[in-house]
Amino acid sequence: MKRFVYINDEFCRDSYCDNRISNTKYTLWNFLPKNLWEQFRRFMNQYFLLIACLQLWSSITPVSPATTWGPLAIIFIVSASKEAWDDYNRYLSDKKANERKVWVVNDGGIHIQIKAQDIHVGNIVWLHENDEIPCDLVLFGTSDPQGICYVETAALDGETDLKTRIIPSICASMPSEQLGKVKGLVECPNPDNDIRRFDANMRLFPPIIDNEKCPLTINNTLLQSCYLRYTEWACGVAVYTGNETKSGMSRGTADPKLTAADAMIDRLTVAIFMFQIVVVLVLGFAGNIWKDSQGLKQWYLLYPAEGTWYDVLIIPLRFELLCSIMIPISIKVTLDLAKSVYAKFIDWDEQMFDQETCTPAHSANTAISEDLGQVEYILSDKTGTLTENRMIFRRCCISGTLYGDNNGDALKDARLLDAVSSNDPDIVKFLMVMSLCNTVIPIKSNDGTISYKAQSQDEEALVAAASKLNMLLISKDSSAADICFNSCKLHYDLLDILEFTSDRKRMSVVVKDVQSGKILLLSKGADEAILCRCHQGQQIRNFLEAVEMYSQLGLRTLCLGWRELEEDEYEDWSKKFQDASCSLENREHKIAEVCHSLEKDLHILGVTAIEDRLQDGVPETIKLLKSAGINVWMLTGDKQNTAIQIGLLCNLITPEPKGHLLSINGKTEDDILRSLERTLVTMKSMPVTKDYAFVLDGCALEIILKHSKESFTRLAMLSRTAICCRMTPLQKAQLVGILKSVGYLTLGIGDGGNDVRMIQEANIGVGISGREGLQAARAADYSIGKFKFLQRLILVHGRYSYNRTAFISQYSFYKSLLICFIQILFSFLSGLSGTSLFNSTSLMAYNVFYTSLPVMTIIFDKDISEATVLQYPQILLYSQAGRLLNPSTFAGWFGQSVYHALVVFLTTVCAYADEKSEMEELSMVALSGCIWLQAFVVTLDTNSFTYPQIVLIWGNFVAFYMINLIVSAVPTLKMYTIMFRLCCQPSYWITMALIVAVGMGPVLAFRYLRNVYRPNAISILQQIEQNNENTQSTRTVESPLKSPGTYLTHLLNDQRSNRGASYQPLLSDSVESTR
Amino acid sequence: MPPANGDRAGPSSSSGQDDPVATVKKRNKPQHTSFTQQELPACKPLLTPQIVIPVLVLVGLIFIPIGLACIAASNKVVELVYRYDTKCVPRNMLHNKVAYVQNPSIDKTCTRIFKVPKDMQKPIYIYYQLDKFYQNHRRFVRSRNDLQLRNPKKAKDTQYCSPEAAAYGGRPIVPCGLRAWSLFNDTYSFTRGNQTLRVRKHGISWRSEREHRFGRHVYPMNFQNGTLIGGGQLDPSKPLSEQGDLIVWMRTAALPTFRKLYGKIDVDLRDGELVAVTMQNNYNSYSFDGKKSLVLSTAGWLGGKNAFLGRAYLVVGMACSLLALLLTLLCVIFPLSATETARFFFVDMMRLHAKQ
Repeated sequence: MKRFVYINDEFCRDSYCDNRISNTKYTLWNFLPKNLWEQFRRFMNQYFLLIACLQLWSSITPVSPATTWGPLAIIFIVSASKEAWDDYNRYLSDKKANERKVWVVNDGGIHIQIKAQDIHVGNIVWLHENDEIPCDLVLFGTSDPQGICYVETAALDGETDLKTRIIPSICASMPSEQLGKVKGLVECPNPDNDIRRFDANMRLFPPIIDNEKCPLTINNTLLQSCYLRYTEWACGVAVYTGNETKSGMSRGTADPKLTAADAMIDRLTVAIFMFQIVVVLVLGFAGNIWKDSQGLKQWYLLYPAEGTWYDVLIIPLRFELLCSIMIPISIKVTLDLAKSVYAKFIDWDEQMFDQETCTPAHSANTAISEDLGQVEYILSDKTGTLTENRMIFRRCCISGTLYGDNNGDALKDARLLDAVSSNDPDIVKFLMVMSLCNTVIPIKSNDGTISYKAQSQDEEALVAAASKLNMLLISKDSSAADICFNSCKLHYDLLDILEFTSDRKRMSVVVKDVQSGKILLLSKGADEAILCRCHQGQQIRNFLEAVEMYSQLGLRTLCLGWRELEEDEYEDWSKKFQDASCSLENREHKIAEVCHSLEKDLHILGVTAIEDRLQDGVPETIKLLKSAGINVWMLTGDKQNTAIQIGLLCNLITPEPKGHLLSINGKTEDDILRSLERTLVTMKSMPVTKDYAFVLDGCALEIILKHSKESFTRLAMLSRTAICCRMTPLQKAQLVGILKSVGYLTLGIGDGGNDVRMIQEANIGVGISGREGLQAARAADYSIGKFKFLQRLILVHGRYSYNRTAFISQYSFYKSLLICFIQILFSFLSGLSGTSLFNSTSLMAYNVFYTSLPVMTIIFDKDISEATVLQYPQILLYSQAGRLLNPSTFAGWFGQSVYHALVVFLTTVCAYADEKSEMEELSMVALSGCIWLQAFVVTLDTNSFTYPQIVLIWGNFVAFYMINLIVSAVPTLKMYTIMFRLCCQPSYWITMALIVAVGMGPVLAFRYLRNVYRPNAISILQQIEQNNENTQSTRTVESPLKSPGTYLTHLLNDQRSNRGASYQPLLSDSVESTR
Repeated sequence: MPPANGDRAGPSSSSGQDDPVATVKKRNKPQHTSFTQQELPACKPLLTPQIVIPVLVLVGLIFIPIGLACIAASNKVVELVYRYDTKCVPRNMLHNKVAYVQNPSIDKTCTRIFKVPKDMQKPIYIYYQLDKFYQNHRRFVRSRNDLQLRNPKKAKDTQYCSPEAAAYGGRPIVPCGLRAWSLFNDTYSFTRGNQTLRVRKHGISWRSEREHRFGRHVYPMNFQNGTLIGGGQLDPSKPLSEQGDLIVWMRTAALPTFRKLYGKIDVDLRDGELVAVTMQNNYNSYSFDGKKSLVLSTAGWLGGKNAFLGRAYLVVGMACSLLALLLTLLCVIFPLSATETARFFFVDMMRLHAKQ
C-alpha cells in the first residue's frame, strides 16, 4: 500500500488526518465506560462486583450493601482519578505541542504562521534553527548550499549525536526562491513505526524540473519531535502527520508486567476463593438442615411451612456474602500505594545519583519493585554497560609493525610519530582511512577548534587519534571532505557511502582524490568482514596475530583496507548502486549485495585497537551480585576474545585453576551440536567447587536454537555464568526468553538501542542512561546512571520491596480472615442463619481504615540495615527463593488468623455472657479485640520502629476509639451510647487485655524460641547487627570469643575458597528434577 | 512516552552544555532528607531473652492479682437461679407441655418458696433467663422497624416486619415485626412472709432507648390482634417509651442463652429468709425445648456472677510465669554461642543454595 503526497496542493489535503497529536487514552465522553471496562477486566474486581450485586438482594444480605459498594467505589474512584490525572497531563502536553506556531508556505508561495495541529499532508513546512519538527517531512531545501542540515534525534531514538540529513538529488539545484512554488508527488509507504527506514521516491512536476523519479531514504527526512540544529533554515513537505508519524506510530503502551510476588498473591487468592466456596457450601448445607430440624420448632421465627423453590439457595448465598470479606477488598489499593512508594524511594535515592552525568535513578515502572529482590539471572550487555563506552585509540598494527606495544599508547610511540613525520606512504593511507572512512561530522566552533560528532564512539576515537597524528579532518559535507596532513591540505570528493549494517559488519566510502583524479575505496570493519576480502597476494597472518593479541588484551579491533578503482568499474558499479538505492522492495538486501561486489581485493592496511575501559565499581558489583546467588551472563556483540578478557577483568569468570571456561564452537552444525553435548556432560561431571562458565557465539547459538534447544536450556540452567558474543539484538532477546521459559526471573541490563528488545523481553529491564543515548533507558523499567548502582537497586531496594510486599499482602489476608472467621464462629451461635455479628459501618471501616493504615507502616520497615545487606549479600537468596511469601508462610498467617479468631470470639462470648449478652455491645467488644490484636501483630512483625510507624500504629488505635465514640454520640444510630457504656465498664478493658495476652502470648513465645534456637538467616544478621552496635557504642576490647559477625565473615570466606565436600553442593544435578 | 522523560531528554541535552553544571545537578539531584533516603532514626528491639523473659514475668505479675480480684468480685455476688419451665407444669400435662401452655383456659399460676442462701444487698436484680432462644437469628434480628418505633407519624412504615407487618385488613401493627410479637410474658411477684416485695419496673430500660429509640407518643396499635398470638400483650394506653418490658425484650441478645432484666427489688434480703414467688408461666419455651429460669442476683463492679475473667486471668498469669521460668532454664541449660548462631546462618544459606 502506498500513499501519494501532492506537494502543496490544496485538493488532496483532506485525504489524510491533520497534525493533531493525541496521546490521551480517553476522551471526556468515553472516560467512564472505558475506564470501568478496563478495571473490570481484573478478576478481583469482577468478584467484588458480583458480591456487591448480590448484596442488593435484601433477603440474603447480612449487612447493608454499602459495605461492599463503599470500598468498591473508593477503589474505583482512586484508580480512575489516577488515570484521569495522567490522561489530563498527557492532554495538556499534547495541547501545547498542537498549538505551537509553525511557518508553512501556502499555495501562492507566501509564508504564513499557523498552529502545528493545522498542518496537512502536502503542506510545505518552513523550519528555523532549533525548531522542533512538527511532523514527518521530506526535506527538499536548506540554507546550506550543499543541501544538508543537522538534526538531533534524541527524543526519537535517544541518540544524542547530530545526524546529517540531505535534500534529494533532484532538488539540489533549485534556487531558494523557487522552493515555495514547487509542485510534485511523493510516493511513500503507508505509515509505519520504523524510524530507520523510509523507502520512497519523489517526482517534481514541470515546469520546474523534468519528470525523473528520485529515490528517498531516511536521510532525506525530518522526523517529528527531532530538532533542527546548526542550520539556518530548512523546508520540507509533510508526508505523515499527527498520530501517523513515525514517532506517533512507535508510541504504544506496553502490557503491564506482573511480578512473581503478584502471581503468588493471585494464586493465594484463588486458593482462598476455593476455601471460601467450600466453607459456604458446608455452612449453607448445615444451615438448611438446621432450618428444617430446629428452625421450624422456633415458633417466634414464623417460618412459612411452604417456601419458594429458591429457599434452598438463600442460606448458602447469605454465607457467600458473609464470607466474601475473606478476600480483602483493600489489598489491591494498599499494594499499589506501597509499590508507588517503593518506586519513589528509588527515585529519591541519593546513593544512586550519578555525579558525573547528573542522572538520578528512575523507575518508570512503579509496579515491579519486588521482582528486583527475586532476580535470578542478570543478562548484561558489555559495551557501555560494563564498560564506559569511552573509546580511546591505544594501539595499531600498520603493515606488520605493532605500534604502542611498549608503552600501551600508540599516540606516544616514537616510532609511529617518526613514521608520520617522514610521510611513510602506508601510514599516510592508514591515517587517511581513519579520518575519511566514517560518518563523523566535524563542527568548527567560533574559536577555530574542531570538534567531532559521531554516531559511533569508535569512529570518533579513530578520527580524534588521526588528528593527533597530524591527519586532521577539517570539514566535510555530503559531497566533499578536506583533510590536512602535516599542514598540507588535501581535497577529496565523497562519491558514495556504503553504510555500516550489523550484518555486513563493515563500512566503506568511495572518494575521489581531486589532485590526482584517482577513485579510491576505503573500508573498515570487523576482522572477519575485512581480512577475508583481501586481494590474493597479500599475507594476512600478522594482521590475524595482531587482532588475536589485541582482543586478548580486551581491546576492540577494526581492520582497515583500501583499493583503487578504475573509472569505468566505478561507473558500472555506481549505476547498480543507484538502482538498488531506488528500489522500494527489499532495498537493504539489494544494497548489501551491490556493496559486496565492490568490497573485494582489498589491500589491508592495518589493524586499530581501541580501549574501552571498565566502569568503576563493575568488578566489585559483579562479585557482590554473584555472591548474592545471582547468575550473571554477558551478552555482547563483540568478539569472543575481547569478551572473555572483559569477563576476566570484571570478575565474571574466574581464571584457571579455580574457574573453567568451556567453549562451544565448531565449523559445521554437527561440530557445534557435539560440542554442546560435550559441554553439557563436562559441566554435569564438574566438581562443584569450580566456577565454570561457557562461551559461545551468535552463529553457534543460531544453530543450537534451531536443532537442540532442549540441551541448551539444560545447559543454561546448569551454568551460573556465560559469555555470549557476536549476539544480534534478537538473539539477546531469545536468550532471555529461554531463561524465562524455565521459570527464572531475569533482569536485562543494557544501554544501547541494540539492547532494547532484551530489556523489553526480560522480567525486569534496566537501562543505563549512558553515552549511547537514552533509547535503552526509555524502554526500560528502571534507568540508572552506572552499572554499579545495580547492586543497590537489587540488594537494597529490591529486597526491601519484596519483604514489604510479602508482609502487606499476607497481613491483608490475615486481617480479613480474622474478621471472617469470627463471623463464621458466630453463625454457629445464631442458628446458622447468616446473621452478621458486626454492623455494616464497622465492617466497612475495619477493612478501609482501621487495618489499612497500620499495615502501611511496613513500607518504612527495614529488617536489616543496608550496610549489613551489602556485607552479607547471601541474604538475597532468602527473598530469591521466595521465603517470605509462599504457601507455607501463608499457612502460618492463616493459622494465626484462625487462632486469633477463636481467642477473640471465645473470650468475648464467655466474658459477655448472660445478662451482658447484648448484640451491639458484644460486637463492639469483638471488634475492639481485633483492633487490639492487629496493633500488636503489626508491632511484633515490625523490625525497626521509626516515628511514622509508631504514630500510625498507635494513632490508628486512638482513631478507632475516637471514631467509635463519635459514632456512639449520634442518637439515631444503633451504636448510640454503646461505646461510652463499654468504656465505662472495667470488664471491657479487662477483656481486651485478656484477648491480647492470650492472642499474642503463644505467638511471642513461638517467635522467641525460633529466633533463639532455630534462627533463620535474617534474624541472625539482626543479632549480628545489634552485637556490632553494642561493641561500637561501648568500645569494649574484643572478647576472646570472636564476635558472631567476624566469625560469619570468616565462615563465608572460607566457603568461598574451599567449598568442601562437607557442605551441600551449590548446584546439584537434581536441579533439573526440581525445576 | 510520558512527559516526565521528555523534559530530561528533550531540547535540554544540547543546551545543557551551556548551563552551568551546578544547576543541572541541583535540578536532578534527589533531595536529601532522612525520610527520602530511608534513614529515619529507628529502634530495633530483638526478641532476646533479656526482653522476652522480663515481659513474661511482668505480665504474670500483673495478671495474677487482677485475676484474684476478679474472682473475689464474682464470689461476692449472690445469685439465685431457679429453673421453673418443667416444675411449673402440672404433672398430668408433662407429656404435652405445649398444649398446656397454649391453652388459655388453664390457670398458669405457680408459687414456689426460696430460701435466701446469703445476705443480698439491695438493689436485687430480677432476671428471666431463656435458653435455646435464638434472638440473634437473622429472621428475628431484622424483623423490626426502628422508624416506626420512634416516630408516631411513621406507623405505616412496616418495612422488614413481615410476616408480622399488618393485621387483618391491612392495618399496620405498632410495634410491628417478630421481635415485638414474641414479647416475653411470664410475670413474677415476690412476698416475704406477709409483706409483698415491690418489683420496681421503672428504669429497667436504658435511658438512651427510652429517649431516642422508642417514641414518647407512639402507642401500640393492632398489637396481637391477628389469628396467631405470639407473646405478651401491651397496654395500648401507655406509649412505647414506657413499655419497659418491651424495650428490654427488643434489645437483641447476642447468644442463644441470655438473661433479661425483669425488675429490681429495693430491699435487702437476709441469709435464710424465705421468699415466695408467684409466677405466671405463660411463655412458650416448650416447642423448642428451651429452659426458663428465674434469676435473683446482686451486682458487683464486674457485673453479675461470672468466674470466667478471673479464672482466665489466673491461668494466663500463671502460664506466663511458668513460661518465663522455662525460658530462663532453657537459657541456662542450652546457652547459644555466637559461633553457633553463625553456623545456623551458614546452614540456612546452604539449604537455600541447594534448593535453587
